[in-house]
Amino acid sequence: MFWNLPLFAVVALTVVGLATIVLKKNLIKVFLGITILESAVNLFLISLGYREGGIAPIYTNAPATAMVLPTPQALTLTSIVIGVATSALLLSFAIIIWKRYGSIDIDKIRRLKE
Amino acid sequence: MIPAFIVENSPALMIIVPLVAAFITPFIGRISHGIRSLWVGGAMATTSAVTLLLAFDVYNAGTRLYVFGASAASMALPPDSGGIPIRIIFEVDPMSALMLVITAVSGFAIVLYSLASEKSHSGLESYYTLYLLMITGILGMVSTGDIFNFFVFLEILSLASAGLIAYRIDGGVAVEAALKYFVLSTIGALAILVAIGIYYGEYNALNMAMIATRMQFSLLDQVALVLIIAALAMKCGAVPMHFWTPDAYSMAPSSITALLVVASQASLYGLFRTVFTLYNVTLNAFTVGWLIIILGILSMVVGVTMAIPQKNVKRLMAYHAVSQTGYMLLGVGVGLAVLGNQSLMDAFGYMAMEGGIFHIINHAMYKGLLFLTAGAIFLRIGTYNLNKMGGLGHSMKWTMIFFIIGALAIAGIPPFNGFASKLMIYESVFVFNPIIAIIAMVVSILTLASFVKVFHSIFMGPKLPEYAEVKEAPMPMLVGMGILALVVILFGLFPNIVVESLIAPAAHALVDQGAYIGAVLGGA
Amino acid sequence: MDLATTLVTGTGFWNPLAWILGLIVAFIIAWIIYSLGEKGFKQGTAQAEPFISGNPEPEKGMVHVRAGNLYWGYMEALKGYYDRLVPIHTGNLHDYVLWFLGITALFLVLVVVFV
Repeated sequence: MFWNLPLFAVVALTVVGLATIVLKKNLIKVFLGITILESAVNLFLISLGYREGGIAPIYTNAPATAMVLPTPQALTLTSIVIGVATSALLLSFAIIIWKRYGSIDIDKIRRLKE
Repeated sequence: MIPAFIVENSPALMIIVPLVAAFITPFIGRISHGIRSLWVGGAMATTSAVTLLLAFDVYNAGTRLYVFGASAASMALPPDSGGIPIRIIFEVDPMSALMLVITAVSGFAIVLYSLASEKSHSGLESYYTLYLLMITGILGMVSTGDIFNFFVFLEILSLASAGLIAYRIDGGVAVEAALKYFVLSTIGALAILVAIGIYYGEYNALNMAMIATRMQFSLLDQVALVLIIAALAMKCGAVPMHFWTPDAYSMAPSSITALLVVASQASLYGLFRTVFTLYNVTLNAFTVGWLIIILGILSMVVGVTMAIPQKNVKRLMAYHAVSQTGYMLLGVGVGLAVLGNQSLMDAFGYMAMEGGIFHIINHAMYKGLLFLTAGAIFLRIGTYNLNKMGGLGHSMKWTMIFFIIGALAIAGIPPFNGFASKLMIYESVFVFNPIIAIIAMVVSILTLASFVKVFHSIFMGPKLPEYAEVKEAPMPMLVGMGILALVVILFGLFPNIVVESLIAPAAHALVDQGAYIGAVLGGA
Repeated sequence: MDLATTLVTGTGFWNPLAWILGLIVAFIIAWIIYSLGEKGFKQGTAQAEPFISGNPEPEKGMVHVRAGNLYWGYMEALKGYYDRLVPIHTGNLHDYVLWFLGITALFLVLVVVFV
């Protein structure tokens, strides 16, 4: 049961992230929700590679030979970088909308409808 | 004639050329505008040439494999790995080759168009950089054989498109459209990443052929399938997740809208690749097939009925893009619903899939053409509002001709290419279930109705006094539109040649999972 | 005009070149009939003006029927359908995300239950 703790954390973070995206009216809080969701997915990817009793997958001066899997760590690094680019673009959108619309309330950013 | 080195490395060159050119563009832009236009045009022409070379090679010689970081394609399975492909590979089979042809032709025509339509705007170095990045994203998405690589190229595409949709800030409205597109796109991409994680956790493989070999349809695989289908269906604009489509398509510059159509179809390709190659007969083909058919019917009907009351010409065309995506989903969904049943597949399944896939290339061509004509009109008049336009047929004759070609093609009027693919879809779906075919035909009639409305509002009527000095669109734009119109006419006059040489190999390659796996793992 | 240019679907066939040939023949017949009629009209006289029963010609902007008014009858007939469909497209980002999540949940139930 203890070894499933990361997966419980993933579910909790996902629920918190999705709830923030759907329920919060402030645009910045929605973006924070997206960041939380990304952290949840990154945690999920990393926790897939865990092997009990394994050490970090570095061969130089390795004290033992049982290692955790390195591939999910590579996937997660890529995902973190994509997350950084995503956050940068979203925040620059928020700045421009604040300048032109005067508000970052999602209910007011609705000039395109039907 | 063409050095063997280029032909052998064309999958890598296809990605490297636009990627490197994209990042050098801002520096070249500091020299002068003319040199930058030459640079971008040259880079896109080189990319299109290499892409068409690769597609031609695949259609002649069969599925091409390219292993990144190895010296030859036979090194896909390193001898000491125990039969597991460990490097990232590009596997270009005939279905990928079809998408490559679409991207090459559209990308080149649209960049020619952009050279004229964006001349008076500032910030052009960002525009061309992001444009070339978008092309890289689409080309990578459709050729890769590794599912995490697919996710990376999908994100490259989403980021570049979001930046380009918001390009003309338009008082903030374009940024609002880009924001909605990008938030939905990010959530969808995260869902795909969870599915990729599920596949890795279960099968210890990221290579599509490897996952396909080891696929058992367990509960986790069902969850992964649903996540991928929902996310990719949202990315291509299937109802009821289509709400971002009219916003994003109407606010982007017209050239980018035409390329967004190709990007949506790359997502559709991803959907088909997952369902047909990763899963094939292991999934419950009847349920998933009907799911895709229902998505297709909803898209067709809601798309066209929301299009008829629109006053903004690009929003109207965007709703039609949603509707035409429904045709593609319908055709391939019918093929999926009878997957595994060889007699039904031969009777109408292959025909339905060929109709759906033929519709993909037809739609890219005539929808791109229609959006480019809308952009030409905007360049001359400055508005997209149909209530303010009128009488432009007197002054913009070539634009009117291209619009007529595009509108007749989308409505499915012979002898253009829309009719050929719609005929294939109607006839095969009628054998499957007559009511669906009748719905498809009624949607086609409503499509014609709404384009007659647009044609009358823009081009017909007396010459209005406020548009007295409107001239024809500039030559580069006419050339770009002309390339697409030529493809529309040629595909309409010789549909059998197109179907036999381009479409039927693609449909058969999509269904034949064994060939896909065998190309990587060497003999199923 | 042989098998190479005919698209064969499972239950029918379509040959665009033969269709165009037929269209050209029909146009030629129509043109022959047209050329047997009255030859032209006198330019610049009252024969070239549009006939509006002697009323004054309205200004150009008023003659052209705008796009918003073109399909009024159709919109009135389908008012019930449109009154329910158009308000669904709210423009609110939360609704967009909720639709996506809702459809994912629905697909999950359908695919897992109907194996």
